[in-house]
Amino acid sequence: MTGSTDMGSMATTTGHAAAEAPRETYLTNGYGWKSWFLTVDHKRIAILYLISVTFFFLIGGLFAVLMRLELATPRADVVDAETYNRLFTMHGVVMIFFFLVPSIPAVLGNFLVPIMIGARDLAFPKINLLSWYIYVVGGIFTLIVAVSGGVDTGWTFYTPYSSTYSNSQVALTAVGVFITGFSSILTGLNFIVTIHKMRAPGLTWFRLPLFIWAQYATALIMVLGTPVLATTIFLVALERIFRIGIFDPTIGGDPVLFQHLFWFYSHPAVYIMILPGMGVISEVISAFSKKRVFGYSFVAFSSLAIAILGFMVWGHHMFTTGQSVYASMVFSVLTMLVAVPSAVKVFNWAATLYKGSIELTTPMLYALAFMGLFTIGGLTGVFLGIMAVDRHLHDTYFVVAHFHYVMVGSMVMAFLCGVHFWWPKMFGRMYPEFLGRFAAIIVFVGFNLTFLPQFVVGFQGMPRRYHVYPEEFGVMNLLSSAGASILGAGYILPMFYLAWSLKWGKKVGPNPWEAKGLEWQIESPPITHNFHGPVRVTEEAYAYGEEPTHGHATNTHGQKEATSVR
Amino acid sequence: MSADHAHALPAGVRPPTYHHFEDLAQQEESEKLGMWAFLITEVMFFGALFTAYTVYRNLYPEAFMDASSKLNWKLGAVNTLVLIVSSLTMALAIRAAQTGKYSQVIWQTVATMIFGATFLVVKYFEYMHKYHDGLMPGPTLFFTDVFGEHTPQARIFFSIYFAMTGLHAFHMVVGLGILTWVLIKARKRYFTPDRYLALENVGLYWHFVDLVWIFLFPMLYLLGAHYGLGH
Amino acid sequence: MASGTDPHGSHGGEHHILPLGVYWAVFLALVVGTILTVWSATIDLGRLNVIVALLIASVKAALVILYFMHVKYSSRMVWIFAAAGFFWVAIMILFTMADFASRSW
Repeated sequence: MTGSTDMGSMATTTGHAAAEAPRETYLTNGYGWKSWFLTVDHKRIAILYLISVTFFFLIGGLFAVLMRLELATPRADVVDAETYNRLFTMHGVVMIFFFLVPSIPAVLGNFLVPIMIGARDLAFPKINLLSWYIYVVGGIFTLIVAVSGGVDTGWTFYTPYSSTYSNSQVALTAVGVFITGFSSILTGLNFIVTIHKMRAPGLTWFRLPLFIWAQYATALIMVLGTPVLATTIFLVALERIFRIGIFDPTIGGDPVLFQHLFWFYSHPAVYIMILPGMGVISEVISAFSKKRVFGYSFVAFSSLAIAILGFMVWGHHMFTTGQSVYASMVFSVLTMLVAVPSAVKVFNWAATLYKGSIELTTPMLYALAFMGLFTIGGLTGVFLGIMAVDRHLHDTYFVVAHFHYVMVGSMVMAFLCGVHFWWPKMFGRMYPEFLGRFAAIIVFVGFNLTFLPQFVVGFQGMPRRYHVYPEEFGVMNLLSSAGASILGAGYILPMFYLAWSLKWGKKVGPNPWEAKGLEWQIESPPITHNFHGPVRVTEEAYAYGEEPTHGHATNTHGQKEATSVR
Repeated sequence: MSADHAHALPAGVRPPTYHHFEDLAQQEESEKLGMWAFLITEVMFFGALFTAYTVYRNLYPEAFMDASSKLNWKLGAVNTLVLIVSSLTMALAIRAAQTGKYSQVIWQTVATMIFGATFLVVKYFEYMHKYHDGLMPGPTLFFTDVFGEHTPQARIFFSIYFAMTGLHAFHMVVGLGILTWVLIKARKRYFTPDRYLALENVGLYWHFVDLVWIFLFPMLYLLGAHYGLGH
Repeated sequence: MASGTDPHGSHGGEHHILPLGVYWAVFLALVVGTILTVWSATIDLGRLNVIVALLIASVKAALVILYFMHVKYSSRMVWIFAAAGFFWVAIMILFTMADFASRSW
């Protein structure tokens, strides 16, 4: 691979004698458990998050395996209805609140936001650590739920089932989700302040990498939306414990109000789960096309447009409830509007690829997969946003397939993409490229085999959330289960070779991909304070192509720098 | 603070307390913006309850008026005034820090805490009164049916009343805890004319809690005032 | 603009020690507002009662935000942050009410 062979030459340009001697990095700066569990270094906290979200991904994946096992045949031969309800609920709760929401922001965002803006750390390092602990406490609650019988309401906790009738661990799950919400709020708050106030001199808003724009938009949603979820979940808990009746139709409460409040957060939360991925893709597409992202400002503003418009479309989840048809019409129109900024991004990435010198590295394969799968996921979302079509497709496997194309086909792909792309930066070692590409292809094939058939059965009318189904859906479901096993293998593979590469991977220099961006101008792995001296940015993001005519300087360690030193 | 931060700051630029900031101005701006971002989350927390209130009030206007007239608007008004006074003393405490009047910082803080505590005491008596009248919804509690056909919807009113004022009172209790910290620091003359941002941020929180009550009072206590006044 | 190292940045407060009179004037206005709220509630204005009550409350809130919370003397960013929360709550209430209000149409 060009990227990996070139890194040797890159390493020589760094040229300082200390290259061979053990260098102090953020990883070697302290070894005991305290140095990790009491760290305020954003990079170490990112690693803590990486380990914990991977753990929850495996837990959530386990529930998915059991579900697909049950669904392989039309009959109930693995679990009964009750257990199945708990499986899909736990799968949803764990994957959404404990994997997807924190995955890219808390792992890659934590690691990269300060570096990309030329800062030594996030604005509030202790709050950053606190947010990880809150996440862990919320996670422990959820694990307790899992071992004490689980919860069967679906991740949406719809009332009045959740508040009145369910006899599973609703209150405990509510507490877990409530607590984890604060982790997300604090991360968002930290990112907003950091991006506003910690940028290096010269790093204007329109010189920021698009990853930062995406993180900023995500942080806005986290800060504005998550508190509403917290209050809503809190009301459900109150309703369960004190019978306050707010969502109880028998005394005049309206369960649809719950859905309004819930989706006020949870629809924007869908964008929490996709915007950071879009940020990763912008970086990777540009780096492996060796071109500036086409229409930079459009891509940047589309992130903000998604964040803001995303708050005005939640009612499209409620077309089949008692929601007024006029409100539904407004929500439907706005839903189609929010597709525009998403499409802007896809078109601009495609235009970036045009005439670029494309390298099909592992991250690039994931990025291309993202573009294709996100287009399918996004467009099927427009189908579902149309009221008449939604009447037919609501609560069918079509919906399941749609949001898995966005959540898994796009966001998990983007997460793997980003982890591979920045892995050499995080650990100073390269993963095995051949295995990486192999796994990427396995994941792509497995994913499509799993979820493409679900569009078909969904369109034919197979409802979601049932453990048995008519024989006629058997073939497609078997295909889907077979695909899931391939997908599972595709996910396990990177865990092994990435772990292997920590010790035996090839050492890399600062910039193995020859990419632009501040993070590629510091050592791999970086030192605790990221930069050796003050940073001053003098050029745009993604200044590929002709050699910049200005701003080159040499920092104290002799690295070639596109930024100058004060 | 840190060896890494060896590069000289321009003359007149004070060093930050934490090494990852460039200078004190950056640190203070960050902390202030962080506080405002936090207040946004607070607005959204209460916002969800305000939404629920708006919905049910429009669905059941008569029931809400009936139920509201069972609240003691006099105590509500007194508490409103108490909170306004505490906001004033809070603002004056910050001003005292800005002007370097150390003893004033202390006693204005004490005054703020006394008024805050007064609010909670009044609230406690209100809650107890509602409890004895059977107006507190709960699984084992008796909910009175003095509202006739409106009883179920009145129950929703009281649910919202307790949820909103309860969340508000919780914020007051937290606020008193923070003010205790302020008091300890103020006695050590921690807040000075060039280091009062922490106090200012505490003030932002306290004023926000006051702000919520400014809306809660007319929304909850005064709905039925024009026909149920002076119960 | 990287405001981080700009010594002339928007660092509010320091140059704005409000005269005592402003605090007392705001305080008095808040007390008067409270009395007005109670008084207006005793008059049956029909649907207008709500509007009057919310109007007075909004004015009181604005006074607290602008003077007690010093927003009037703060950077534009603080203005935006202070407004953002209310704006988003407005979105939440408006769209939710759009449903409830038009159900019977």
